[in-house]
Amino acid sequence: MKKYLSPFLAFLFLLILWEIFVEFLHIEKFILPAPSHVARALAAAWPLLLDHSLYTAVEALLGFMFAVIMGTCLALAMGLLPWVKRTIYPLIVVSQTIPIMAVAPLLIIWFGYDILPKVLVVALVCFFPITVSTVEGLDNIDQDMVKLLVTMGATPGQILRLVKFPGALPSFFAGLKISATYSIMGAVIGEWLGGSKGLGIYMTRSMHSFLTERVFASIVVITAMSLILVGIIELIARLTMPWLYQKKSWQQDEKL
Amino acid sequence: MLEIKNITKTFSSPPGEVWTLKDISLTVEKGEFVSIIGPSGCGKSTLFNIISGLERPDRGKVLLSGQDITGQKGHTAYMLQKDLLLPWRTVLDNCILGLEVQGVARDVGRKRAEALLPEFGLEGFARSFPVVLSGGMRQRVAFLRTMLQGKEILLLDEPFGSLDAFTKGEMHGWLLKIWEKYHPTVLFITHDVDEALLLSDRVYVLSTRPATVKLDVEVKLERPRFRDLITEDKFVKLKKLLLEALAQNKPHS
Ligand SMILES: Nc1ncnc2c1ncn2[C@@H]1O[C@H](COP(=O)(O)OP(=O)(O)OP(=O)(O)O)[C@@H](O)[C@H]1O
Ligand SMILES: [Mg+2]
Repeated sequence: MKKYLSPFLAFLFLLILWEIFVEFLHIEKFILPAPSHVARALAAAWPLLLDHSLYTAVEALLGFMFAVIMGTCLALAMGLLPWVKRTIYPLIVVSQTIPIMAVAPLLIIWFGYDILPKVLVVALVCFFPITVSTVEGLDNIDQDMVKLLVTMGATPGQILRLVKFPGALPSFFAGLKISATYSIMGAVIGEWLGGSKGLGIYMTRSMHSFLTERVFASIVVITAMSLILVGIIELIARLTMPWLYQKKSWQQDEKL
Repeated sequence: MLEIKNITKTFSSPPGEVWTLKDISLTVEKGEFVSIIGPSGCGKSTLFNIISGLERPDRGKVLLSGQDITGQKGHTAYMLQKDLLLPWRTVLDNCILGLEVQGVARDVGRKRAEALLPEFGLEGFARSFPVVLSGGMRQRVAFLRTMLQGKEILLLDEPFGSLDAFTKGEMHGWLLKIWEKYHPTVLFITHDVDEALLLSDRVYVLSTRPATVKLDVEVKLERPRFRDLITEDKFVKLKKLLLEALAQNKPHS
């Protein structure tokens, strides 16, 4: 807990600075609302905001799960079969240079204004970090561990189960965490292009009515949801990989 | 009995051919502790890779009780130069890795390993992960994992090479005790002359690359042995012999 104290204090300090800045320079509310305004807007719009948030959360979660499945399958295929990697890895990397903002309208054209295109945007944004870090994890397995298993007479299946899968887990979770932070953002981007519900819609509407404090309130909610998702992933990681977190006491001290 | 007959091995690497082993022959009797000592990079690990079946020799044979096992895996238990404990497995589960590969049920293996933990100085650590272990303990886990595989021959590649002198001394005393009790057939790589003499019944000295057997010394020192042996005359005499053979090895300077 101690390690969160200093960033929290720094954040608090920035908020106060912001409040004073807006107050003293008499900045118009629709240009830059003070943190207190944002808080009030958040409280006032809460029921509506919650409704939109839940919708966005569902899109993000569905897309994220889709990305996890797709990303893992791709990574396994590439990590285990060199020719698959040689063939599709460059394509996947190049595909990331296409801006998602350019692809999203196409998805709207093909799949309409329903939930599906948003889920796909999330999946497209999220699968890449999962794939890349899992492939890296499989590549970086200590080959001597594999060698040890071979001397024991292990089959390729046993090597996979006993060394490669557990060895790649930390990288897999690292990818999951990055993807989780992108997932809510992906859903909001999808919503900006059209739809009837969700935080993205709420933001666009607030913007058009110059209710800037509501835009900020949405940002707060997006951040909170992303943090919660990352927290859940972190929790699952700790439960799945207790060995990574069982360190000597001096190692923990060093981390601080 | 393990017989290595006229093993020759050359690697083709980008800069050119690396002639590593040249006509190596050696014998390990059942229940014998045999050390191989040689300069760094001369091909000791390569020899173990060949005996364990990981690699094939260009020429020569590996015989176990008269039977040709060249290139076959599964006849030896090989403790590689690194301890290679799997960080995601507890100490106990690392010990039973070989058994699990052989298809022994986990709880059966665990019971067998657990009974041996005190003797290996690992009592109370069964459920810890390797990160919390000291260097000496890691080596003992790796050694227990090797023993539990139940093979006729143990190949130990510089198991104490990375330990400090004090821990190494402790490990020697401990290994002598274990060996006295179970009498496994051991082939042991080291570049520590004291270690080789203290532990072994026989020591082979290898030359620089391409490695040949330079000297083959029988160590006729009574057992059980203890650390203070290393100051006795008989020991010092043998040590001189080995050091001379190793000194001749030095590339002409
Ligand atoms: N797979 C390989 N391909 C090419 N060269 C190799 C290969 N394996 C080993 N060598 C070369 O063979 C030589 C002997 O290597 P080896 O690891 O057997 O030495 P070693 O005696 O065990 O050394 P150390 O004491 O440092 O452990 C080295 O020069 C090494 O570069
Ligand atoms: Mg070596």
